[in-house]
Amino acid sequence: MHTFLTVFFKEILDNIRDRRTLASALIMGPIFGPVMFAFVINLSIDRALDDAESIMELPVVGREHAPNLIRFLESRNIDIVDGPAEIDDAAEAVKSGVHDVVLVIPESFGEQLADTIPARVELYSDEANSQGEKEARRARNALSAYNRQLAAIRLSARGVNPLLMRPINIDVVDVSTPSGRSAMLLGMMSYFFIFALLMGGMYLAIDTTAGERERGSLEPLLSLPVTRGQLILGKIMAACVFMAASLMLSLMSFYVVLKFMPLEQLGMTPNFGLPVVAGAFFLLLPFILLGASLMTLVASFTKSYKEAQTWLSVVLIAPTLPILIVSILTLRPKLEFMFIPSLSQHLILVDMVKNEPLNGLHVAISVLSTLVFGVILTWVCARLYRREGLLG
Amino acid sequence: MIRVNGIHKSFGAVHAVRGVSFDAPDGKITGLLGPNGAGKSTTLRVLYTVLKPDEGSASIDGADVVTDSLAARKNIGALPHGAGLYPHLTARENIAYYANLCGIDKAEVGDRVSSIIQLLEIEEFADRRTKGFSHGQRTKVSLARALVHDPQNVILDETTNGLNVMATRSLRRLILKLKDTGRCVLFSSHVMQEVAALCDDICIIANGQVAIDGPLESIRERTGQEDLEEAFVSAIRMVGEA
Repeated sequence: MHTFLTVFFKEILDNIRDRRTLASALIMGPIFGPVMFAFVINLSIDRALDDAESIMELPVVGREHAPNLIRFLESRNIDIVDGPAEIDDAAEAVKSGVHDVVLVIPESFGEQLADTIPARVELYSDEANSQGEKEARRARNALSAYNRQLAAIRLSARGVNPLLMRPINIDVVDVSTPSGRSAMLLGMMSYFFIFALLMGGMYLAIDTTAGERERGSLEPLLSLPVTRGQLILGKIMAACVFMAASLMLSLMSFYVVLKFMPLEQLGMTPNFGLPVVAGAFFLLLPFILLGASLMTLVASFTKSYKEAQTWLSVVLIAPTLPILIVSILTLRPKLEFMFIPSLSQHLILVDMVKNEPLNGLHVAISVLSTLVFGVILTWVCARLYRREGLLG
Repeated sequence: MIRVNGIHKSFGAVHAVRGVSFDAPDGKITGLLGPNGAGKSTTLRVLYTVLKPDEGSASIDGADVVTDSLAARKNIGALPHGAGLYPHLTARENIAYYANLCGIDKAEVGDRVSSIIQLLEIEEFADRRTKGFSHGQRTKVSLARALVHDPQNVILDETTNGLNVMATRSLRRLILKLKDTGRCVLFSSHVMQEVAALCDDICIIANGQVAIDGPLESIRERTGQEDLEEAFVSAIRMVGEA
């Protein structure tokens, strides 16, 4: 125990003073994820803006002149808000950027409709502004739909089949769903946490074998009256501390980034408050031991620091594989998936962020199986630390 | 007291050590002399327990290096060839780390480290991080680290390699001091003058075997050579012919 603590505290001190470790543990991992995430989300938002399923705000002047039209628009997921007080101000409001689109319904609208004169409405938009162009298109589509509906009613009232108006029926099938898109994004998020926690311990894992060997400090260390099991345990635990710090920072930075991301425009309202941050931390905690021992194990087979870095970059990618497969096949959480580390954490995390009830059994299996894998790998590391080939 | 009894060690097809035996008694300096690649380092690595011999046995103060390696390590202060320090720790922290690992009482570690720093005359840079230390500075710190737990047996592998005159002289003084306090000092070198100047017993190793061993005088007599260099060369020839 004494040896273990001595090694543990020495490794912590040593690595706190190492800029490279600090940069990868406390900056690289935690910052890289959120920045990528923000980038991808912004791209998705642009693409999703004209998505009819999201809610759009439409400022209207003179809504009292066309209550039926307003009801129709509201049924199309358009939120009617009050536009400028005067009709004359509408053009100015769009030009100055106060509103992207303004719909003006003149007083004569009801009258013209009753007289079957084409009733006039004005849609103000700035087509040079891509955001305004999208909103205008959506408003225009909604108005045309209303137009067709009224026409159909008038024809039926006169005994004419309204289908005569529609020689062709265009049916555009969009197979993408907002939940599918968000699942992809959420999958990315859980990978970033795993990436950040692995990055946090990478240099410590290399140092345990390849680093110590390259520096020439391994042989004198092994000639001390201590057991090698305690040495490696102290080193793996120190790596775990850095990984936990890295994970915590990455969760917190996601928490901050998500606060500023307009995710509701994607129809996503991720449940990522502080309770989920804490929950995700404890959910991923068992993965830390597994990651630390896996990286130490891989690094122990390498001949040099450089070689270890190369191999460990492969280890950084490995946990994405199960996540990727499940995302592509859009598989639902199943009991047997919970035995697979990284996949189980991912699936549970997605449920947490979707605010779905957690399956206690799934959580328990995920935590226990990951811990068991971690303990086995740590044991293997300790066995390998005893072999002579370690000296290179 | 270090006893080596017919050890063999192979690495794949290379038979590096072929039945080396010798004793290194307390209160004496024993020198392992031999050309590069003769098996000196491998022999010493078996003694400080990082390698296991394929055949034969060795013991440190009676503790077998294979079956009772922890007890054997307790009584060794080893300085392997090319030993490195932790660059982000100061010299003092490097030494204190080993003191703690050797199980020295927490309250005593500070004093013990300070006194070994004094003994090796490294006060000047003791509180600097070891990154960028010169070879001589690094050697002194790693020697301090190896001796901090006051071991009965001291194993030094080519420690004087690359040291300047002043550093070599102070290292020699230290080795003599260790001998005077009754320690067993075993050190390897390929520099004959050094071995001749310092050692009570010399064990010449060539081609993984002991060519000849004993006090300098007896080696001179047996090889019929007055000069150690000549004795060395003729001893190596003897192994080659056998």
